[in-house]
Amino acid sequence: MAALDTATTPAPAPVRGRPHPRRPRAKVLPTAVLLLGALYCLVPVAWVLVASTKSRGELFSTFTFAPGTGLLENLRDLFAYGDGAFPLWAANSLVFAGVGAVLSTLVSTAFGYALAKYDFPGRNAIFYAVLGGVLLPGITLAIPQYLLMTKIGLAGTYWSVLLPSIISPFGIYLSRVYAGAAVPDETMEAARIDGAGEWRTFTAIGLPMLLPGMVTVFMLQFVGIWNNFLLPFVMLSDERHYPLTVGLYTLLAKGSGEPALYSLAIVGAAVSIVPLIALLLLLQRFWRVDLVSGGLKG
Amino acid sequence: MATARPVAAAAPVRRRRSLAPYLFMSPGLVLFVAFLLVPMCYALWLSLRGFRVSGPGPFGVREETFVGLDNYVAAVTSRDFLEGFGRLAVYGLIAVPLTLGLALLFALLLDATTTRAKRFSRTAIFVPYAVPGVIASLLWGFLYLPTTSPFSDVTQALGLGTIPFLSGTSLYGSVANIAIWGGVGFNMIIIYTSLRGIPVEIQEAARIDGASELQVALRVKVPLVVPALVLTGLFALIGTLQVYGEPTTLQPMTTSISQTWVPLMTIYRDAFTRDDLPLAAAASVLLAVGTLVVSVLLLRTTQRRAFGEG
Repeated sequence: MAALDTATTPAPAPVRGRPHPRRPRAKVLPTAVLLLGALYCLVPVAWVLVASTKSRGELFSTFTFAPGTGLLENLRDLFAYGDGAFPLWAANSLVFAGVGAVLSTLVSTAFGYALAKYDFPGRNAIFYAVLGGVLLPGITLAIPQYLLMTKIGLAGTYWSVLLPSIISPFGIYLSRVYAGAAVPDETMEAARIDGAGEWRTFTAIGLPMLLPGMVTVFMLQFVGIWNNFLLPFVMLSDERHYPLTVGLYTLLAKGSGEPALYSLAIVGAAVSIVPLIALLLLLQRFWRVDLVSGGLKG
Repeated sequence: MATARPVAAAAPVRRRRSLAPYLFMSPGLVLFVAFLLVPMCYALWLSLRGFRVSGPGPFGVREETFVGLDNYVAAVTSRDFLEGFGRLAVYGLIAVPLTLGLALLFALLLDATTTRAKRFSRTAIFVPYAVPGVIASLLWGFLYLPTTSPFSDVTQALGLGTIPFLSGTSLYGSVANIAIWGGVGFNMIIIYTSLRGIPVEIQEAARIDGASELQVALRVKVPLVVPALVLTGLFALIGTLQVYGEPTTLQPMTTSISQTWVPLMTIYRDAFTRDDLPLAAAASVLLAVGTLVVSVLLLRTTQRRAFGEG
């Protein structure tokens, strides 16, 4: 029923009687406050969608929420800008976020599974290092990462953004919490008695049980990489390697001299947020955000 | 934090398994060392280096040498850096409590039995999470700009002139608003999920004792979601210390945001515009250590309440 559902919790979570047996009468004030919050969150999105339909003249003259007539022309301009720079930025964002999040999920899951399900020397030390990594603001590392990338000749390439995006201490941490709750020791023991090796136990027994946790880590990482600005901003110099965030920023920065670029930035923003919002709404039922909130208790 | 595991495995089995966890962790460990540990150590080393000009006059040679803590002294006495922290504090004092307060309010309303339109509201409030900070700043920037702002349209029609969103003291509120808008939904979901874990019997007991919905919310629900509040507070705080994208994006739209508006902008300028990498490295280290200290302090002071039994 609910998006971001808790129904599949592996840990014995207290189940709550929903829907309520007797539903009290609705109150106006609380509902109004909630709807006000929804309005606050939707206004900027609605504005950019409407503004993207306006031609250059209409943008600064007509009533804000009146749709304009220039949508097709704006889209044509957007896709023609800089020899097709915009579709390229979109593709780059997709590659960074898609490939980065998949690899990050796999790396984090294997890491978290090892931390949760094995006893080995150095386990605590490694776990505390990961925890330290969670608290360390990744963004303050962007400049040292850039300097090292320059040293090994990778600065400015796709790798310079992709590789640092794969390692996510928070992803590892969540995977550990999830693996600890979702994979019973007895099932692993049974697989071993049946003659499965450690690798096979992991892929055949562990991974299917870890899937809901993996989806959550994937989504968090996808959105995180998609939204990242400073890392690609620092690493990349060739405009054709930019992701959407950096590309649209440069468009806006140039636009302060040329108002024509303003409407391009607006259409670009509209086009780039629609797919991600759609993806999020579509996938929200598979999210396990309770994993994040339960995280610190682990 | 460590979970107790039964240590019942027989010796030969243990030996067979002893390599497995390391193999599972190896890709992550390599990346952890390469992109977290090494850059951190490199930044530390670099922060102790500096450039000295040797040789006569303007034709001196720039030499890199060991300068001890000079860069740290330069960073903590730099006006730009300190003023950036001052602005960050004002920004954080607006953004963090409001983000958490609104997230808690909306989560409680979603969980209350007397509200309607929950599904729609929950989805709508979560939507901004999908909008990258830079694009959110761009959107709000246009909503702030006098020429395109619908809010200023209204005030102008009323003869009140435009609203100066992007200058003076309202600038702090305007930048903080972008972070609040982007952060409320995700935090609301975390708190809401935590609320749904509260056994319904506890609430029913309070209601039978005559507690109103409001009392149930404040006296029963809020104390039970303190761990979720600590977690969201921690993330909000870490997020505040690394504000960069929002003010940078707004910069082309206003003259009130300087090159050094927040600490990370100063660090970026020192590294790339002024080419003073050691100073930028020292400032980065200070910012990272500061974040760590603040996080640990927050966790320490709240841990007792948050993890009572745990």
